[in-house]
Amino acid sequence: MSEKRLPAAATATAPIRKGLPVAARLAIAGGLAAASALAFLFLFIEGSFEFAFERRLTMLGTMTVVAFAQAVGTVVFQTITHNRILTPSIMGFDSVYILMQTLLVAVFGGGVLAVTDGMPKLITQTLLMVGFTMLLFGWLFSGRKGSIHVLLLVGVVLGLAFRSLSDFLQRLLSPSEYDVLSARLFGRLSSAEPGYLPLAGAVCLIVGVVVWQRRYRLDTLLLGRDAATNLGVAHKRELTVMLLLISLLIAMSTALAGPMTFFGFVTAMLAYQMSGTHRHIVVLPMAFLIGLITLAGGQFVMEHVFYASGMLTVVIEFLGGAIFLAHLLRKGTL
Amino acid sequence: MIEFTDIRKAYGEDVVLGPVSGRIPAGGVTSLVGPNGAGKSTLLTIIGRLAEPTSGTVTVDGLDVHRAKSQDVARTLSILRQENHFTARVTVRELVSFGRFPHSRGRLTKQDLAHIDDALDFLHLGDLQHRYLDQLSGGQRQRAYVAMVLAQDTRYVLLDEPLNNLDMKHSVRMMSQLRRAADELGKTVVLIVHDINFAATYSDRIIALRDGRIAASDTVDAMMRAEVLSEVFDTPVQIHEVDGKRTAVYYR
Ligand SMILES: Nc1ncnc2c1ncn2[C@@H]1O[C@H](COP(=O)(O)OP(=O)(O)O)[C@@H](O)[C@H]1O
Ligand SMILES: [Mg+2]
Repeated sequence: MSEKRLPAAATATAPIRKGLPVAARLAIAGGLAAASALAFLFLFIEGSFEFAFERRLTMLGTMTVVAFAQAVGTVVFQTITHNRILTPSIMGFDSVYILMQTLLVAVFGGGVLAVTDGMPKLITQTLLMVGFTMLLFGWLFSGRKGSIHVLLLVGVVLGLAFRSLSDFLQRLLSPSEYDVLSARLFGRLSSAEPGYLPLAGAVCLIVGVVVWQRRYRLDTLLLGRDAATNLGVAHKRELTVMLLLISLLIAMSTALAGPMTFFGFVTAMLAYQMSGTHRHIVVLPMAFLIGLITLAGGQFVMEHVFYASGMLTVVIEFLGGAIFLAHLLRKGTL
Repeated sequence: MIEFTDIRKAYGEDVVLGPVSGRIPAGGVTSLVGPNGAGKSTLLTIIGRLAEPTSGTVTVDGLDVHRAKSQDVARTLSILRQENHFTARVTVRELVSFGRFPHSRGRLTKQDLAHIDDALDFLHLGDLQHRYLDQLSGGQRQRAYVAMVLAQDTRYVLLDEPLNNLDMKHSVRMMSQLRRAADELGKTVVLIVHDINFAATYSDRIIALRDGRIAASDTVDAMMRAEVLSEVFDTPVQIHEVDGKRTAVYYR
């Protein structure tokens, strides 16, 4: 191991990291996000301004919540799993949601979804999703052997089981009931239940504050369990808190816009590339801004260029899946 | 003082350590030696509270490391494991800055920056500080890890095989730097070393483990005897005086 010394001037003063300072990067992302939001809100309004504006404002609120929940949820999830390609959906969150909706329709018929929409359902749904995670986590970590990888594996297996069960139940539904259900199971930013927004927004705000307070602690988690413990971070407690917060976020996003698998992956991946650092103080806001740009900008383009306003989440998931595959193939490993 | 009492570690039925008890006084350098699988890493990680013992307690300056608040422990002792894999791509300076976390919780003060610079200087990493870890040789990376735990500025520093990956020159340098850390900075250094002669040259005390038990534990002079070492390592060891220093020869 020869220790080649580069000229001091080349190394000591000039960092190898190049490009813009992080503040400028964040400012650019912030500017783009604001521009997308404003364009989406105000451009090309036809007919009644008030009606269109109110509809768009609600939708922008939904987008903000979904972008925040998916972006923050995914970045934090990737940090605690030491993996840059997983998203929380691998834990089976989505399949819990799908199973719940399917069960509702299978038992009570197609009309039930619209009738039961409201706070009690949102809260029940959230509690079930959060409860599922905590149960899984508590069970796996009650022994000493608990590892995040076992947790993931069990999450995947249970997710698959729930999905198969949902598939089976869906086969028993009448075509019309199935239609109602599948409309619910696809992302649907434009028809999100507006009544959910205040609660979902408040949950995101609270979770955001807690995560932000822990931004430096999250950095140490990147070093792994032992190094984090050495630095005085109560690793297991942090993991529990983070998983709880992630499940809250994903429950909110899913209630509003349906299950999403690849959106979080894309925002997190882009956020790391655009930030040029691993530090959560930069990556977290960057991921949120990129998520918002994708949704608001994407919806703007979908509405006014492709005239397919309902298709945004489908397109994002499709493109996201393609990017995910390309990324996997290029890296050649998980 | 580090005091461990009736420490036992079992994986299922398999008892890999103990019960062992002992004390490591504050100050100076203490080396843990012993054959592969003797339980050195197990003991060190239990003292450094990275692993829970099946039974037994460890106190460091009276602090029960497995019960006390993690942050308080992190200001008292730092520990570096044998293997380190970090997922994040960080520079040497960023890594060393992490060492200040127990004190500043992430917001670096002027004082923290001074500690970081000192630790970088101490391990001659100044020129490499803006390199990413994956742009370093194994030995340079090893020094960066040690710089991180030194920046933590704890009274007790536990290192599992810090000479891993180091060539002769850098091994000598690392050991004399750790010696300096003990002498000049007043640290208590506890480390696992493979080469008994390195242990003898740079430590004050040697603890020898074998089959999960403490086979012998004493000052360097008392430990560097043919009968003691032959017994510990289960292989014939001769002692020769080289420049007035007892040196173990065990190649034949
Ligand atoms: N996670 C584990 N599960 C089972 N056995 C283990 C585990 N970790 C270590 N051991 C066993 O404990 C013994 C002591 O290991 P260790 O403390 O690493 O030895 P060393 O003295 O070489 O550092 C070895 O026999 C090893 O196989
Ligand atoms: Mg070992």
